[in-house]
Amino acid sequence: MADLLIELFSEEIPARMQAGASDALKKLVTDGLVEAGLTYAHAAAFATPRRLVLAVQGLSDHSPTLREERRGPKVGAPEKAIEGFLRSTGLSMDDLSIQDDKKGQVYIATVTTEGRAAPVIVAEVLERTIRNFPWPKSMRWGAGSLRWVRPLHSILCILSREDGAQMVPLDVDGIVSGDTTRGHRFMAPDAFSVTNFEDYAAKLKRAKVILDPAERADHIWNEASQMAFAQGLDLVEDKGLLAEVAGLVEWPVVLMGRIEEQFLDLPPEVLQTSMKEHQKFFSVRDPKSGQIVGFVTVANRETADQGATILAGNQKVLAARLSDAKFFWDNDLRLVSDVGLEGMGAGLSDVTFHNKLGSQADRIERIAALAKEIAPLVGADADMAEQAARVAKADLRSGMVGEFPELQGVMGRYYALRGGYAPEVADACRDHYSPLGPSDDVPTAPVTVAVALADKLDTLTGFWAIDEKPTGSKDPFALRRAALGVIRLVLGSQSTARFSFVYAASVKGFETQYRSQYGERLRDYAYDAFQSFRNLEDTLNHLSAAGNEFSIVAKMLRDGDLKEVKSDERLFQTLVERAIDLSAGRYADSLLSLSSDLLAFFHDRLKVYLRDQGIRHDVIDACLAMPGNDDLTLLVKRAEALSDLLKTDDGENLLQGFKRANNILSQAEEKDGVEYSFGPDPKLADTGEERALFAALDTAEAAITPAMQAEDFARAMQAMAGLRAPIDAFFEAVQINTDNQIVRRNRLNLLHRIRATCLQVADLTKVSG
Amino acid sequence: MQTQLYEIALTWQGADMAEAAENRSQKPQCFQEIILRLQNYWASKGCAVLQPYDMEVGAGTFHPATTLRALGSKAWAAAYVQPSRRPTDGRYGENPNRLQHYYQYQVIIKPSPPDLQELYLGSLRAIGIDDALHDIRFVEDDWESPTLGAWGLGWEVWCDGMEVSQFTYFQQVGGHDCKPVSGELTYGLERLAMYVLGVDHVMDMPFNAPDAPIPLKYGDVFRQTEQEYSRWNFDQADTDTLLQHFKDAEAECQRILSAPATDSAGRSIIMAHPAYDQCIKASHLFNLLDARGVISVTERQAYIGRVRALAKMCADAFVQTEAGGA
Repeated sequence: MADLLIELFSEEIPARMQAGASDALKKLVTDGLVEAGLTYAHAAAFATPRRLVLAVQGLSDHSPTLREERRGPKVGAPEKAIEGFLRSTGLSMDDLSIQDDKKGQVYIATVTTEGRAAPVIVAEVLERTIRNFPWPKSMRWGAGSLRWVRPLHSILCILSREDGAQMVPLDVDGIVSGDTTRGHRFMAPDAFSVTNFEDYAAKLKRAKVILDPAERADHIWNEASQMAFAQGLDLVEDKGLLAEVAGLVEWPVVLMGRIEEQFLDLPPEVLQTSMKEHQKFFSVRDPKSGQIVGFVTVANRETADQGATILAGNQKVLAARLSDAKFFWDNDLRLVSDVGLEGMGAGLSDVTFHNKLGSQADRIERIAALAKEIAPLVGADADMAEQAARVAKADLRSGMVGEFPELQGVMGRYYALRGGYAPEVADACRDHYSPLGPSDDVPTAPVTVAVALADKLDTLTGFWAIDEKPTGSKDPFALRRAALGVIRLVLGSQSTARFSFVYAASVKGFETQYRSQYGERLRDYAYDAFQSFRNLEDTLNHLSAAGNEFSIVAKMLRDGDLKEVKSDERLFQTLVERAIDLSAGRYADSLLSLSSDLLAFFHDRLKVYLRDQGIRHDVIDACLAMPGNDDLTLLVKRAEALSDLLKTDDGENLLQGFKRANNILSQAEEKDGVEYSFGPDPKLADTGEERALFAALDTAEAAITPAMQAEDFARAMQAMAGLRAPIDAFFEAVQINTDNQIVRRNRLNLLHRIRATCLQVADLTKVSG
Repeated sequence: MQTQLYEIALTWQGADMAEAAENRSQKPQCFQEIILRLQNYWASKGCAVLQPYDMEVGAGTFHPATTLRALGSKAWAAAYVQPSRRPTDGRYGENPNRLQHYYQYQVIIKPSPPDLQELYLGSLRAIGIDDALHDIRFVEDDWESPTLGAWGLGWEVWCDGMEVSQFTYFQQVGGHDCKPVSGELTYGLERLAMYVLGVDHVMDMPFNAPDAPIPLKYGDVFRQTEQEYSRWNFDQADTDTLLQHFKDAEAECQRILSAPATDSAGRSIIMAHPAYDQCIKASHLFNLLDARGVISVTERQAYIGRVRALAKMCADAFVQTEAGGA
């Protein structure tokens, strides 16, 4: 048994790749060792900016020797077959033995694979690992062809036992393995040799390198918190930043500074974003005022002046950055005061959203109209929702968002408040992009919900209209995310908005824009033609020749009664307007025809969403088959109720009772070629069980009807579940197929009544089990 | 008047060479001293110290000593100052950090030596950045030039949180794999010098020694040109002319490269460099058009693609030449 220590020492590894790389090193090497027949007790991997390290404990010394018997050709088989067998086993004739077999005697080869020593296997596995390492991006350097994330300088690879360490010889493109490494780039650059992992970690620490990233992160966090605490301040937590900073230093030295007075009135998000994105600083907050008043930076070395020079340098860089931010903030506020928030967004008409879907201003116009329609459905004030939609994206034209795109929305809220808008409107500016990720919080403020829904529905309607739907793994416009956002917003607000209604409202916005933009072009063009030709026939010929866009007028006029027209200019006008109406109507119809396709897309996203909530696929399908499936809230209520019930005995009862009745009925219907859907007559019931079933159905229906009206699907299904016992008893006692056709028909109609009753919540035929 | 000039000349002669040498171990006093120290340092490390390329370029990388020499198998080591022009960055000389004309210091060594990071850190010491007092960091920053069809991996180098250099291992140029790989260092000289000299506004930075008989600040040399060029770049450059020049350069580049490899006297000469000059021209003309705001977002990609196509053709031609290792 030995312990293995591997260190791959390179130039600086990007912080974001370090954790993944140490995991990959551990997996590739340990998998390779095990595959080659070695065993080990424990393995741990570490990363610093300049090294990937793997420590494996309790590694076996050899792989086991393996013996394998292989059956060959029959004795007396053609020479070629025997030669081939010898070649494949690497043996000679003398090595073969002969065994009796059912069909006669056959040659048997005993192939022995000798166990191999750990160092040989380690060298082989490590070389393969290095050559095939899954870096997200790798490079070559110098004159070599080896690829690594940055130039690889040395390989330390030793096996250590109690009596000492053994180097594992390895040569990867001229990089020869050894037992030495180096310390901190600046503080302890000399090489030193090590004998085992404990020795390595201890010597590294003396050489100013903390090996374990978690230890570096803890150190940074503790030091920084204490420094802040000593001044009565709080360190703002940021786990992502902490991990990144821990990946930028081998010897973290924490330094804290104050933000200059002149920058303190910047919004905290601006200070935090600027410091984090540009400088990788942590923010320090004053708990009394809530303001960000300081920063923490992490240097990679100790200095004789206790970091004074480093801190002063960082402070200076920060001041330059914050001056920029302050410049943007002051300018933006001045702009809002001068021209208002809508004025700030005026330039959005010059920003193309998509070349087939117009400018951002066009889009805002549509979203505003749609938000107004949606508002009552989510409990928002319609005018306020419209107003919020009009200004929600104005901050895209602010200097600050130009510099820090991640502050879109956040800045909008500040500028809206400064512009004197209601807090609901300001919040909508900030939150209408949400939810972005599947785990983001879903806004619940009604005005925000209305704008957020309108924003996403407009995107979906638009990209469906130009046939840019997601395919396979490609979703460049993040439409799946938009659809999931709609689903979560609708469910979060418990809105009963029907998709068909909302989609029609969204199409309306596109139609309106089409009408005005197309109409304007058409009018200009048609009147110009009329002016220059001064006669209808020539005008029509010209318009016909102008191509699809304008020829519709010509066609309309030709199709109409020409005698009626004469060259009356007013009549020409009327007809042009009618042509615009017709064209816009056709455009709207073409969009509306996409409704079911888009609804199916929503249903797909909903299935994924509900599956993540633990609701089975067949359960969702059973509910999708019901009418009103474009009311997502209702649909999910059904699915949840059915899913919950199926986990109980009642659910099992409902399903079994229904299936039994349905199977017999379906068979009879198929055989007889008719549908049994008349009301059964209780007077024809001739057994107690049959009468009991009638009574049970009456009772169940009396409970189900009010429950369905209240959309209390759970209660409705409980009532259905109560039918199982009478159904079972009925089948036990009663033969459906009797010679008396009247009685038989009545019994089948009774089964139909069971089926109709049970299908009210969901199509149970689609539920498996 | 005559006397005055004479006196100045005397003072010049009085400058003590030994004292200058001693200063080298201390903090530099002015912008040009930083350049001189870098020149001396890289000369001492064996680089050929070249002069700036005599054309308008956006960055030191465009110098054929980098772009073309990064191609092919021949070893190469060069260092030079390159005046660089970025028309859209002009701020009429008012912004403390932004200029439409500035200087880059460029080092290129092929194949990249194993101690390139150490050599680089030595250059920082040479200009007075003592790594025992400062925090020097190599922070991931991959480089890509869409117009040159080039990319590499490397870092931006931070000194106390400020970016002072770009450090790149070239992987591809003009669509060709770099074999061997060149190591490229780029120092933004003004920014670096402002940091070393402790100056907050670039125009206030001493250009020559502050105790020189005629002390000049950066602003004395460049404020007026920044104003003039900012106006020309943003408002006055004639866009029709620029567009025509762009087309001309593109056509000439293609024409040069489609000429037969053998001239009328039977000499085999591929004109990779003259063609590449046209590519550089096209690239700068595109930058000027961009500054004039006449290139839309969609057109932008198309223009970049046209310049890249030229760069690729020049790279294809260069690898056919002797310097390109053919």
